[in-house]
Amino acid sequence: MLDKNGIAKRIAQEVQDGYYVNLGIGIPTLVANFVRDDISVEFQSENGVLGMGPFPWEGEEDPDLINAGKQTITTLPGASFFDSALSFSMIRGQHVDLTILGAMEVADNGDIANWKIPGKMVKGMGGAMDLVASAENIIVAMMHTNKAGQSKLLRECTLPLTGVQCVKKVVTNLAVLEITPAGFLLLERAPGVSVEDIRNATEGRLTIPDEVPEMAL
Amino acid sequence: MIRKNVADASEALAGVSDGMTLMLGGFGLCGIPENAITELVRLGVGGLTCISNNAGVDDFGLGLLLQERQVDHMISSYVGENDEFERQMLSGELKVTLTPQGTLAEKCRAAQAGIPAFFTPAGYGTEVAEGKETREFGGKMYVMEEAFQADFAFVKAWKGDEAGNLVFKGTARNFNPCMCGAARITVAEVEELLPAGSLDPNEIHIPGIFVQRIFQGTGYEKRIEQRTVRMR
Repeated sequence: MLDKNGIAKRIAQEVQDGYYVNLGIGIPTLVANFVRDDISVEFQSENGVLGMGPFPWEGEEDPDLINAGKQTITTLPGASFFDSALSFSMIRGQHVDLTILGAMEVADNGDIANWKIPGKMVKGMGGAMDLVASAENIIVAMMHTNKAGQSKLLRECTLPLTGVQCVKKVVTNLAVLEITPAGFLLLERAPGVSVEDIRNATEGRLTIPDEVPEMAL
Repeated sequence: MIRKNVADASEALAGVSDGMTLMLGGFGLCGIPENAITELVRLGVGGLTCISNNAGVDDFGLGLLLQERQVDHMISSYVGENDEFERQMLSGELKVTLTPQGTLAEKCRAAQAGIPAFFTPAGYGTEVAEGKETREFGGKMYVMEEAFQADFAFVKAWKGDEAGNLVFKGTARNFNPCMCGAARITVAEVEELLPAGSLDPNEIHIPGIFVQRIFQGTGYEKRIEQRTVRMR
């Protein structure tokens, strides 16, 4: 079974040379730590920066330089700043190659819910609805089950939707799954996790091929 | 040259009254019009509708207006960091319209550009699209969103000149340029107000035509919400 860093490490393998990538808050932010250093990748943050670098050294924080999670950041050579409308032109206009974000629920048709729990948590969608409605390639990073042990990979989402039929791939602590017209297709198992474990933790339709390799991390 | 400079926040906010719709720039606490917010609290105007990506924190930014119950309606994309906001929203004292961030930006830009409405894929099939016109273009579904209509826009820039030209810094740019000229009156506050001719026309982000009033701000606090660092 993977921890959060393990999920990030596996997703980092999906990042290819020349990609512009938008990382959501939480596990997706960790992906930047594991991207191969022999490829060229630029990270976009929707509050208005392309070419985001690591966190600043202590004492070098700039209040005018943050990411979409409101964390202080730095920029790398080649970086640029822009306003919010232009930022979402990049996103809606499909100039960003890959979007990686977290979710509360994913349905086996690619629906995603990650912005609201009615009566409990209403923080807002931020840029998530724009991102999922537009991105060509959306990978969800999340735990396979919630804290109560219930599956987050469902036949249908129960929470208010963020977007419809948009998720392409899900990487969890247990597995890598692709969304197909027949539901989730199991591609890889996490180290030490059996196909049976994954079947038990998945409520949505699940196709299990004869051979399910273990992730190479 | 048409001069836009006014003496201070008090002069810049002349004409703001109860029940108005205001746009306020900023993302989190980054690039917010601190001086205008302080002046709005001092004026005590109420029944406001505020268009702003976020709602500040409990004791800073738009949170200051919420504490004084000056806001009736917030239009935002993310409101997570403010307990008083959450209390007022759940109790029904405060009306909240959550809007996808890109749609929020484009509703500002459309107002700035004289475009009454546009179609976006964001929110299609979700509760955001409820009651709105949807249409198919090239096999994909889109939601019609309308431009904002606001009385005042309050923006914060890094540098500006007497002609109202603005230059922004870092990610403090965010919604500020999109809101310039998107309301009846745009008020810009700047960290450094310069004589006309001091800024290179090649490097101006927002031309002064979009700004009606500009003033030199004071006492910028520039609070950091999530101080994240690498240890040496």
